[in-house]
Amino acid sequence: MSRYRIMGKGRVDHSAPVSFTFDGKTYKGLRGDTVASALLANGVHLMGRSFKYHRPRGAVTAGSEEPNALIGTSRGAGRFEPNTRATVQELRAGLVTESQNKWPNLSFDLGAINDRAYMLFSAGFYYKTFMWPKSFWDKVYEPVIRGAAGLGKSPTEPDPDRYASRYLHTDVLVVGAGPAGIAAALAAAQSGADVTLVDENPEMGGSLLSDPAVQIDGKPAWDWVEAQLGRLRAAGVRLMTRTTAIGYYHQNMVGLCQRLTDHLDNPPKGAPRERMWRVRAGQVVLAQGALEKPLVFDGNDRPGVMLAGAAQTYLHKFGVRVGDNPAVVTSHDSAWYAAFDLADHGARIAAIIDTRDAVRPDLLEAARKRGIKVLASHTVTTTTGRSRVKSVRAALVRGDTVGAGHDIACDCLLMSGGWTPSLHLFSHTKGSLAWDGQTFLPDRKTEDCEIAGAGRGLWGYQPVLADGAAAGLRALAGLGRAGHDACFTVGNDRPGTGVTHTELPTDGNAGKARAFIDFQNDVTAKDIRLAVREGMRSIEHVKRYTTNGMATDQGKMSNINGLMIAADALGKAPPQVGLTTFRPPYTPTSFGAFCGYLRGETFQLTRKTPIDPWAEANGAVFEPVAQWRRAWYFPKPGEDMHAAVLRECKATRASLGIFDASTLGKIEVAGPDAVEFMNRIYTNPWTKLAPGRCRYGLLLGEDGFIRDDGVIGRLSPDLFHVTTTTGGAARVLTMMEDYLQTEWPDLDVWLTSTTEQWATVALNGPNALTMLKPLVQGVDWDDFPHMSCGECTVAGLPARLFRLSFTGEIGFEVNVPARHGLALWTALMEAGKPYDICPYGTETMHVLRAEKGYIIVGQDTDGTVTPADAGLDWAVCKAKKDFVGKRSLSRPDIVAKGRKQLVGLLTEDGSLLQEGAQIVLDPDQPKPMRMVGHVTSSYQSTMGHPIAMAVIEGGFDKMGETVFVPMPDGVRKARITSTVFYDPEGLRLKA
Amino acid sequence: MLLIHCPYCEDTLPELEFTYAGEAHIARPADPSALSDEEWRDYLFIRTNARGPHYERWRHVGCGRFFNALRDTVSDRFLMTYKAGLPRPPLPQETVE
Repeated sequence: MSRYRIMGKGRVDHSAPVSFTFDGKTYKGLRGDTVASALLANGVHLMGRSFKYHRPRGAVTAGSEEPNALIGTSRGAGRFEPNTRATVQELRAGLVTESQNKWPNLSFDLGAINDRAYMLFSAGFYYKTFMWPKSFWDKVYEPVIRGAAGLGKSPTEPDPDRYASRYLHTDVLVVGAGPAGIAAALAAAQSGADVTLVDENPEMGGSLLSDPAVQIDGKPAWDWVEAQLGRLRAAGVRLMTRTTAIGYYHQNMVGLCQRLTDHLDNPPKGAPRERMWRVRAGQVVLAQGALEKPLVFDGNDRPGVMLAGAAQTYLHKFGVRVGDNPAVVTSHDSAWYAAFDLADHGARIAAIIDTRDAVRPDLLEAARKRGIKVLASHTVTTTTGRSRVKSVRAALVRGDTVGAGHDIACDCLLMSGGWTPSLHLFSHTKGSLAWDGQTFLPDRKTEDCEIAGAGRGLWGYQPVLADGAAAGLRALAGLGRAGHDACFTVGNDRPGTGVTHTELPTDGNAGKARAFIDFQNDVTAKDIRLAVREGMRSIEHVKRYTTNGMATDQGKMSNINGLMIAADALGKAPPQVGLTTFRPPYTPTSFGAFCGYLRGETFQLTRKTPIDPWAEANGAVFEPVAQWRRAWYFPKPGEDMHAAVLRECKATRASLGIFDASTLGKIEVAGPDAVEFMNRIYTNPWTKLAPGRCRYGLLLGEDGFIRDDGVIGRLSPDLFHVTTTTGGAARVLTMMEDYLQTEWPDLDVWLTSTTEQWATVALNGPNALTMLKPLVQGVDWDDFPHMSCGECTVAGLPARLFRLSFTGEIGFEVNVPARHGLALWTALMEAGKPYDICPYGTETMHVLRAEKGYIIVGQDTDGTVTPADAGLDWAVCKAKKDFVGKRSLSRPDIVAKGRKQLVGLLTEDGSLLQEGAQIVLDPDQPKPMRMVGHVTSSYQSTMGHPIAMAVIEGGFDKMGETVFVPMPDGVRKARITSTVFYDPEGLRLKA
Repeated sequence: MLLIHCPYCEDTLPELEFTYAGEAHIARPADPSALSDEEWRDYLFIRTNARGPHYERWRHVGCGRFFNALRDTVSDRFLMTYKAGLPRPPLPQETVE
């Protein structure tokens, strides 16, 4: 039996010992323990080192608000988690844990030198100390600070666990299963409403589990809880434990993170570790209770100093006496009960030190009966003890005068500065708060929610239960339902009040006091006052300057103390200073829970073409393009990418290449007004385009900049087959729909996406026509020149055939229904054998098009390029009165001189430029240089030298001139040329 | 996550099904060539940037329709939605400060 465990006491299973390790040492705890309660049962208070000063720290709470006792936990390979709160992590067999922020070990830590040098590390220390020399920041200061900073170690391996995700619709969601929450759920459930009750702890009951002597309706608290949970279950209420409401979002959506396996010795194989619930509730009842505040005095952070309520919880829930000889310092009645309970379980209370002048007579009497020394009107000025508190110094306060202190020996110090209602979720909804003289309470609501119990400042079980029931009824009324009022009779109630302090008065040097407010970020009262002295006026600035409340606990314990001291320093009332904003999540939440199923292969869908299986079977290397995976190139054994691409390019130029172009966006524009619609949307003229012919189409935004392009065929007077860029398909359709629905609803036009309905195979090369002809039926070849289209059969398959070229060679695009795509590809590969048909991928497609100066929208254009800038003026029909973007083409900035224009670039030394490289006119000018453009496309070509395209200011007037391209390995000299590098006369298309 | 009412589907659905499409009731001029550079600039770029109720366009990706909405940019509440082409409705009384 562990030294501090009380036989048979608590809700732990005394017959089920559980072994675990902490910093390599094996300890025994009990089933039902947390790591913190098990360590405390073994007399271990020192659980970690603080973040900045590396001060020894122990658990200060017994719950999820814990700032100090952060540990690393390991559940095997890839399952290391830093910053787990020891007060939350349940014990299970074989759990491996370690302390953080220490080197070489927890009891002797070299980083603790920071603590001796604390005067150097005041608020704003980083901003002041590392200002100069400027060059030191990157190389010296930042690496050292980054190395020393950070809470815990990041895991280095991918998380092998699964995480689940669910939606839930419920009539009433009750957050918090303490007395108020249980009463609210009981009230709401009676009408047959769908009710969900959630609690972050493994067991429901809240504070009642730490107050077993309380009687409700004649039953001991624990029996009452058990009975009510049974009633709720019988009424069909959904009860969810280990489930934290992490955020409260618009229209009563609440995020719940449910922890499923971390407490299990042997989690079922494949079981999700956590499940994120997105709950849409008709009504929400917030019954989150209140969090106890520390008192602020020198040495309030030593191991062994903890919140009185936490000690009470360790005693009753876990059967652990946190010390044999505790002292108590408090400004609230609640700590007196903790002292009585500990005294009744074998602890010798050194003293109850109360800051208040007047204490309730019944409390004084109860203390006297137990022989406890009481010091009212006293302050605590310091503590002693390095890795565990040894004594506390108390002093009488008369008015502004602090009397002589005297030391009181103790082995732990229980403190209570009163209770802060948990306003986090309420604040997520932007609900307003009101100051009641002691703390902030919820005020104006923005959502359909009720706040009940200690969460709105009530204290004592009788009022809290009644309030919970009333909140449940109000929630029902909000749903248009009714229920009966409930009445609870509470025996042995523990009512209480208290006062809120700034830092406690001291007789010592206040400037030297290490009186902590934010334990996790090592922020002291002195830091807050310094921040105000140095000019911080807003609480948001004080917060950022001192980092108060910015640790992983988000100031659950520190916000109000920080506010009280800042307000005092500013000479303002607390509500005039205001509270910083609470943001989700309420407690740290794993990335896995947020990702849910959206990781790895299911992160984003991968679109595959009908021909993809052939590409995969034939060794294609793939690249992602938008959501598609496209064959990039087809390397033969021993080939690298460069060799493969060059071979594919040459084979296509020499004879015949075949390319899967199925990802091209396709939209059918149909209807009596189709041609009018096309005239308004695209820059080109469409009226005179005869059925059976196609044309390059250019699409602008209303601002005149290029948005998309593609070849468009007119299949009949009222039917256009539009193609778009692969990535632009959805955008173009949306844009067309927008104009059709909202600007020109009078046009009789239908728009249909057909991208996935057609498989598209491109054939290019001097032998393309010869090879294709015998396979086609239904085309009159005497009337099918370049830029023709028509419906026919190809290899016996129904097809839309386009004669066009994106390579400069004779070219075709054969569209067949997607289900025939693979059959078409196979037939063409077979028929192409005599011509050494060569499958090529997107890289070869890019090289071939660049050799001809054909642009890729989004690569050679960037949303600021007009048709004129790209040399595409010929595609703009000036005779049309209007089309989308036309008016913008005459705006002053668009017609101004000096715009960046798309040109070709050839390097003098024949080297390859980097895409994205900046271009300058004078490489010897001082830095920063004036950049006149950048390289948009750059490839090794079939012509024996690399080619590039670039946008350059006034580029069209600079033909033949030399520019410079600074790259990491030196400055390149390049000559401006036309963008058409290959067959500028277009002879090969006519061959 | 907001719930948004699609006036075409007549159904209230999660925000994930919708995309924002800019300020509403800015009609494309019938004859852009008749506009001065300043007028055309205003049509292209100048927007209300309202603090409070804002008439704006949304698209229901599910049915593909564009519609109009009145949303309070402070509270992020939808005050109403209505079909494209309908006139701008007056502000609800309670939202007028």
